[in-house]
Amino acid sequence: MNGALQVAIGAAVGAPLRYLVDRAIPRPSGFPWGTLVVNVAGSLVLGAVIGLGTGQLLLGTGFCGALTTYSTFSYETLVLFDAGERRRALATIAVSVVVGLAAFWGGLAGAHAITG
Amino acid sequence: MADRTAVAPVAVVSAGGVIGALARYGAGTAWPSPWTILAVNAVGCLAMGCLVVLVTEVFTAHPLVRPFLGTGVLGGFTTFSAYCADFQRMLGESVPLALLYLVGTLVLALVFVAAGTRITRRLAGVR
Repeated sequence: MNGALQVAIGAAVGAPLRYLVDRAIPRPSGFPWGTLVVNVAGSLVLGAVIGLGTGQLLLGTGFCGALTTYSTFSYETLVLFDAGERRRALATIAVSVVVGLAAFWGGLAGAHAITG
Repeated sequence: MADRTAVAPVAVVSAGGVIGALARYGAGTAWPSPWTILAVNAVGCLAMGCLVVLVTEVFTAHPLVRPFLGTGVLGGFTTFSAYCADFQRMLGESVPLALLYLVGTLVLALVFVAAGTRITRRLAGVR
């Protein structure tokens, strides 16, 4: 299948899934949990996709690329900084990067364990 | 799912996500490098800062404009998963470059999103 078409199909599912997850998760503490969840989940899946060596364009570039976001992550962090919630903003950054990377590595290791 | 008010945002986010992801894919195909993803994320953050101010402080936008352009196009354009993958791959080649990529993306994203809001407010004459 055409590469751009695979990316488009993956993104057509990934982007609205991010929207629905964000809508489904309440934020009582003002912490942007929805974006954290999709970024971590998408990084885990991308690790698995790369580890399995298949579906890179459809699932990797398209689905995971559109499921995860950097623009909303940085905007939500800026909102916390602007509201004077400095510690919460720094926590958002630290947790996103550390857990996101750990999830990616986990997905990669899991795929390698399966494929041997 | 028959509720139009619930379906319309999902549809525009999906359509916007396709546009954003294809633009990212095009950029990555033209310039295959982690630094392309860094630039994509930085530009997407600048645009997000501009957009949010425009649709919340400058104009009374249609309720689907922000889901389409922000959540859809810019959300689909920028990516966190490729950022993690690029860092992991770069670690195997050069630890200093990988760390520069990791921290550089983060700093540029935050500086650009803040700059987007400030510049747009100044140009539009709000606050």
